[in-house]
Amino acid sequence: MRHVEHAMGTVFSFDVRHPHGTGQAVAEAVAWLHRVDGIFSTYRPDSPVSRLDRGEIGLADCPPEVADILDLCDSVAEISHGYFTVRPWGRLELSAMVKGWAIEQASLILTRSGAVNHCVNGGGDLQLTGTAAPDRPWRVGIAHPLRPGDLATVVAGCDLAVATSGTAERGPHILDPHTGRPATELASITLVGESLTMIDAYATAAFAMGGAARMWVERLEGVEAFAVTASGGTWCTSGFGGEGEAAAEFRRGAKTRP
Amino acid sequence: MRRVILAVLVTTVGLVLLLSFKPHEITASADPPSAVSQNGSGSAGNTDASAGSTKNTGSSATSGDKVVTGDAADTRWGPVQVELVLSGGKVTNIKVLQAPDGNNRDIEINNQALPILKEEALSAQSAQIDTVSGATYTSDGYTQSLQSALDKAGL
Repeated sequence: MRHVEHAMGTVFSFDVRHPHGTGQAVAEAVAWLHRVDGIFSTYRPDSPVSRLDRGEIGLADCPPEVADILDLCDSVAEISHGYFTVRPWGRLELSAMVKGWAIEQASLILTRSGAVNHCVNGGGDLQLTGTAAPDRPWRVGIAHPLRPGDLATVVAGCDLAVATSGTAERGPHILDPHTGRPATELASITLVGESLTMIDAYATAAFAMGGAARMWVERLEGVEAFAVTASGGTWCTSGFGGEGEAAAEFRRGAKTRP
Repeated sequence: MRRVILAVLVTTVGLVLLLSFKPHEITASADPPSAVSQNGSGSAGNTDASAGSTKNTGSSATSGDKVVTGDAADTRWGPVQVELVLSGGKVTNIKVLQAPDGNNRDIEINNQALPILKEEALSAQSAQIDTVSGATYTSDGYTQSLQSALDKAGL
């Protein structure tokens, strides 16, 4: 079944590859997304995170998920040498961490209910589990950041997280925290791994790094990257085109797998 | 009428690409770029616009096909909207309903992007694309057409 839900300022597409009996699980996952939105929204002045940012309440007064997310942010900030930050614009901004985490949790809700073959796509970042069909892995088109509607490459796999950061829709909006200026070296970067919680945050940090992200991702275990530079060139990390879960096939100059 | 225009457009773009790639071989019409050959109905080598417009209708909608129109995507270059023609659950054709044409840069991008879009999206579907990853879009921009069209089509 398919379900499209507007939440957290973006759109979540559920694609569950089971013939029946998944409606309740999807409803539960959707309710989860709205609960997360209520906690972390910076657009709602009465949300716990908004009140925490203004100093009206302390961390202990917030739902426990807020402390969990802040811990995750700290670890990504450390792993990314400060390229990931929770206050890019001066205000507490956790959405770069929250979205991937919320999607992965929604995916877990579906898995726990028995719907093990599914894809949850939140604004272009996705967690997918199982297979698209009994004999076929999921196939993810990577949108080309410089040619609207075009695909830059295709990633195929099972139990995969895919996150893309870039300027395609909103223009330069990711700051390099070390310079305070928008990152412009890359048009987009796609990270592939197992857990969207980390992959999504890593993608934000990698975009801020620019070309340096290539060596950084090479050293991250179980994570691969594919980037389109501002001038339209592409590069990828050494494992991106290989076999295994992160196997990817390039649309140009390479054969397509059956 | 639209299919005729599309066929002529593709053929014309093909000629432009031929001329730009092989400036000294204007008669090299037997070696078309892939953007033309992807049009599907076997007349790819024909660079005569009128012949192409009649033969290339084979991949357009016929009875029994389903047509799905994507939402208009408000991209940085302007609105982009595509229409998918489905036959037996597979995408058999893609039409570009809207594309930016506001200035020279847009036109330059269009001339490159539109035939490539058609080529890529068709080949992507033949490889059975399930979903699309891209830079964060907003609710308003979910209109990113390929994903919204895929959702609507329920592929």
